Amino acid sequence: MRLLAGLLGMAVLAGCATGPDADPRDPLEPWNRAVYQFNDDVDHVLATPVATLYRNVLPVGIRDRVRNFFANIADPFIGVNNVLQGKIEDGFLDWMRFAVNSTVGLFGIHDVATDMGLEKHNEDFGQTFGRWGAGTGPYLVLPIFGSSDLRDGVGFVVDIYADPLTNVRPHDVQYLLYGLRFTQTRTDLLDASRILEEAALDKYTFQRDAYLQRRRSLVYDGRPPRERELEDEDDSKPN
Amino acid sequence: MKTTASLISALAVCAAAWLPPAAAAEPFTPPDVLVKNVTLEVVDLIARDKDIRAGDRAKLIGLIEAKVLPNFNFTSMTALALGQNWRKASPEQKARLTEEFKTLLVRTYASALAAYSEQKFDFRPLRAKPTDTDVTVQVRVLQPGAQPVPIDYSMEKTAAGWKAYDVMVGGVSLVANYRTEFASIVRQSGIDGLINDLAAKNRSLGASARSGVAARP
Repeated sequence: MRLLAGLLGMAVLAGCATGPDADPRDPLEPWNRAVYQFNDDVDHVLATPVATLYRNVLPVGIRDRVRNFFANIADPFIGVNNVLQGKIEDGFLDWMRFAVNSTVGLFGIHDVATDMGLEKHNEDFGQTFGRWGAGTGPYLVLPIFGSSDLRDGVGFVVDIYADPLTNVRPHDVQYLLYGLRFTQTRTDLLDASRILEEAALDKYTFQRDAYLQRRRSLVYDGRPPRERELEDEDDSKPN
Repeated sequence: MKTTASLISALAVCAAAWLPPAAAAEPFTPPDVLVKNVTLEVVDLIARDKDIRAGDRAKLIGLIEAKVLPNFNFTSMTALALGQNWRKASPEQKARLTEEFKTLLVRTYASALAAYSEQKFDFRPLRAKPTDTDVTVQVRVLQPGAQPVPIDYSMEKTAAGWKAYDVMVGGVSLVANYRTEFASIVRQSGIDGLINDLAAKNRSLGASARSGVAARP
């Protein structure tokens, strides 16, 4: 926690660097690029090889169960976030998912709730703050955890408090579960990161813009209001 | 542009009024039906092709060029990604930009398709008026233990039928995502600089595809 606060402080200081090419959404770009490079190096040396090995060794059926298990323990707080955003019914559906999957789904390793028509939601505290009207603030690249922004960074700290793994003891078991979840998540992103490598002229910009678009869409549950910029440029479309 | 469009549609309506009823009926496949047909056809062709499943990227690209490409309006896509800079480009620059951007998008699309592993699709009913000429066709990809991924195709009605001019995956517009990148390259090295960067990117992807580096790990 103290580490994160320190890094945020450094990020603010580094933000003094601005150029003519600066993106108004990303005033801390020089700092962010440095962290991005660090993350990318760690990813190439450690995370991607481990995730690739994990994918090659474990059959897809097992990996689905691991994903389901961690998805299930996240559902109660997804429900809390839905309720905090005023979506009471969605919140109750998330808690029903948790009840059904934890029992019928054998501690969550089977996602029977989805088969019953109870769809999984994607919520976190960053989205809740966004729903309450908080702007994103400057874009931030967090060490290891990657793309974020000031609002989502604060949300992320609250997410950690709400994370069921935070209170798991002994620590050996906790670290094992953290490691497994991180590996599963990274494995699920292997294809996406390969596509990013191929699609982007500048990976940093491409990933930043995708993150900001994605979060905006999530805050509005997939129905964001049209941006003015897009409307203006519709005129340039040849007919 | 808008005036030209309304003029054309006005002319089309006038022409339709003179035609016998049978010929006046909607000649184009509706956009939602088009998306569903093409998606299912492509997925089915991949499932039945041993070479593509074994990682033959050139064959997959050939399939995309034959089946998917004709349903996209790449000039519209490139214009939208270029934004204001599109108006500053010469006709020749526009043609080259469109060509290079098309090559990049086809490769990216091939890469995304190669990652497909039998997820189920949920084709959403189209919410549009019959008179609409610009619609969003929604498809959702279902996957275990995760929220479904929405894929939204922005489609416009052209003289040659419905064509997609943007794809949004999980709320991320492909066209909008290239806009900042393109704008910053044009600011630094002009439109020709962007053409060169795109061409270099395509060359490096082509080279790695041939040496097998880009094949599925």
